[in-house]
Amino acid sequence: MKIINKFTMNMYAKSANEGFARSCISAFAAQLDPTLEELNDIKTAVSEAVTNCIVHAYASKLGKIYITAEIIEENILRIKIRDTGCGIENIELALTPLYTTVGGERAGLGFAVMQSFMDDVKVTSRVGKGTTVTMKKKILPRITVNG
Amino acid sequence: MAVEIKVKGEVVTAYLSGDIDHHSAASMREEIDNTIDCNMPSLLVLDFGGVSFMDSSGIGLIMGRYRALQKLGAKLHITGASPQIAKVMKLAGMNKLALIN
Ligand SMILES: Nc1ncnc2c1ncn2[C@@H]1O[C@H](COP(=O)(O)OP(=O)(O)O)[C@@H](O)[C@H]1O
Ligand SMILES: [Mg+2]
Repeated sequence: MKIINKFTMNMYAKSANEGFARSCISAFAAQLDPTLEELNDIKTAVSEAVTNCIVHAYASKLGKIYITAEIIEENILRIKIRDTGCGIENIELALTPLYTTVGGERAGLGFAVMQSFMDDVKVTSRVGKGTTVTMKKKILPRITVNG
Repeated sequence: MAVEIKVKGEVVTAYLSGDIDHHSAASMREEIDNTIDCNMPSLLVLDFGGVSFMDSSGIGLIMGRYRALQKLGAKLHITGASPQIAKVMKLAGMNKLALIN
């Protein structure tokens, strides 16, 4: 797949950066002319993935989050969110809706949101090494009406 | 302030504003829980009219308050959710816990 445009960023895994990451990706995605709903889907999915790095991957230390966003052929936005944190032992279990390893106020719906709001979500992880979440969404070209 | 509270008899309304994510949810939770403890309402209304964005951290916020209200025998209403917020709530099945309009 040919990459048409790309940006990368990395930042401290601090909760204050959650909104910043959402804004950056949505500004980049804007060049695909998404609808408001598509843009909100992307922002919500990114928020979940970035939050997981902060809450889970680096629960006990300050690490970095590495984000890549690409526009690839056929109007597809591809987003990679990577951490070098604790990793996920059982990915299938982690993807299960309502599953959470943190009690209290986590809903266990982060991956469910990513999967339902994006077209494709892939998770690769190694315990002690880190996790990469790759998400894709095709932005449908708008039908333009004359006049 | 991200939460503004109004008390009218046994009804407490919390007007939320800004983005609700993991970063902002903690202080919102504290404010709402304080008023629940002080006022022991029979109904809590969470008004999302001023909320520009919410992810699943907001679901955690709602579910946590729902559990606290259940212990009091109190009800939860949700109002003012934008389409983005309603979509996240729908995925989480929030309509089973609270009256949403
Ligand atoms: N980047 C990550 N690093 C380590 N563990 C993770 C990561 N992302 C998710 N997890 C694990 O997967 C579980 C489910 O994640 P999620 O669906 O977002 O729910 P929640 O964040 O509410 O727990 C988490 O509780 C955690 O155990
Ligand atoms: Mg999560």
